[in-house]
Amino acid sequence: MEDVDDKFLKKNKEVPLREELRPRKVTTPDGQEIEIEPLRDYFCEAQPKVHPKAYSKIVEDFYNWARSNSLWILGFGTGCGAIEMRPLMTPRFDAYRYGIQWRPTPRQANLLVISGYLSVKTLKRAIRAYEQMPQPKYVMGLGSCTINGGMYWDSYNTIKRLDDYLPVDLYIAGCMPRPEALLHGFMELKQIIRKGEAEGANKYAENFAQYKANQKAVIKDWDMPDYNW
Amino acid sequence: MNSLPNFEWVQVAYALLTLFIVINYGMVMTAVVRKIGARVGGRYGIPVWQNYIDLAKNIALRSKITHGVMFYLGPVFRLTGGVGLLLFVPTIYGSEWHQNFSYAGDLILALYFIFFGTLGMALGAGESGHPHSAIGVSRGLSQVTMAELPLALGVYALSLQYQTLDITEIVAAQQGSIFNWTVFTNPLATVAAMVAFVGTMMRSPFDVVIAPQEIPIGPPTEYHSSYLALMQTNRVLFPVAKTVIYMNLFFGGATSWAEFAIKVFCLYMVSVVIGVVHPRFRVEQSIRFFLKWGLPIGVLAILTV
Repeated sequence: MEDVDDKFLKKNKEVPLREELRPRKVTTPDGQEIEIEPLRDYFCEAQPKVHPKAYSKIVEDFYNWARSNSLWILGFGTGCGAIEMRPLMTPRFDAYRYGIQWRPTPRQANLLVISGYLSVKTLKRAIRAYEQMPQPKYVMGLGSCTINGGMYWDSYNTIKRLDDYLPVDLYIAGCMPRPEALLHGFMELKQIIRKGEAEGANKYAENFAQYKANQKAVIKDWDMPDYNW
Repeated sequence: MNSLPNFEWVQVAYALLTLFIVINYGMVMTAVVRKIGARVGGRYGIPVWQNYIDLAKNIALRSKITHGVMFYLGPVFRLTGGVGLLLFVPTIYGSEWHQNFSYAGDLILALYFIFFGTLGMALGAGESGHPHSAIGVSRGLSQVTMAELPLALGVYALSLQYQTLDITEIVAAQQGSIFNWTVFTNPLATVAAMVAFVGTMMRSPFDVVIAPQEIPIGPPTEYHSSYLALMQTNRVLFPVAKTVIYMNLFFGGATSWAEFAIKVFCLYMVSVVIGVVHPRFRVEQSIRFFLKWGLPIGVLAILTV
């Protein structure tokens, strides 16, 4: 956490929990009194697990081949870089021919593209989206903002190194990288997956405590469970 | 050809072969249709084998979560609807192998199976607890229920016309000449049923159920990995199975796999072509459409038969 300056870190002052998230008693329409605790009731709090590879190498290689040729991207644009993803769906670049598709829900996505600067507020949403994706999942940092903060280096509310908060498989440098660079990045990611080295989800599970500490150090109103499926 | 009295076990193997062929046909055909759409838009489009890779990928995912028993059963019911629909309807007319388990009253059973998957999916998606799923389910059920009306009326007109509920006999009556097809002998019933066909293919203008860009994909929002793989299988199987029924009832059936492939593709393209030139209906608009156009034509078909 050396790259986060003091002003930016969370002070010890606790931010009170939003009213709708506090535990309370509710009277149901048929007159029963029930206790609800939204943070417990609405989320699954199971810790992430390290999932082993398939037992046989041939099977795992086949799976990795399938994973690399069917990359489903979560349609979630965090910053200005999201505009570079749109041309990939159009005739000029057409990423679909490489098996790359966009999915509207994190449950069906395998790749989270953090497209540009990530404000602390958006980081919270990015974490939730990332944790809801099924394993194995990949994260790609787009633009220099995700590498060292880029032009937002001394901003008061954007994070600098994405790798401190989510396990990044691949960075694409540039401000902004053009769609060709993005396509090249997808091809590189495919190589990484095929080699079996894209194990970011397991890395996240192994170093869970450290990632959570980093995330909580900057997110000022942490109003969700530690792990939200 | 009432097969139930002289049932033989080998028919199970034959029916599984039919299922295998139809699933593979559906996999390739839906990809080809997407590729055609891409080419129209000036793109190169997905590879034709992309569906297989997506399926393998979804099975290969390592983590799965569940929201309860119905969440498991939803995709299973959905696939049961597709498989059941296919297995109780003769796929290739006159073929010993691909007659499947068709019997004297299979028309009624087919009508039931068309609805079955939607109901199962509604229960499963409902248990996932996602608001988008609930919205999608309520839209889907109301729309499919309305689309069922013209279909049911068209089918009743047909069974009155041919005095039977046996799909095999209906196909037999249409053999000989292209002018024996129901589309020429009973155009009103055909139009009524085709309204329902376009309405239940989950394509624009009737795709408000999954409504891309609006309620991100509706009922399957929470489904992932193997659950999604099951639903993908049904996604390629069910439209083909439904098209087989329409082909049998209105377009003379098929006597060979080549004829099957061509007819199913052409019928499928009807909904695709209508879809690419019409914007999406809201759910009350689509219900009104079925009541205003589908229902009167269906009633007329029954009156004039």
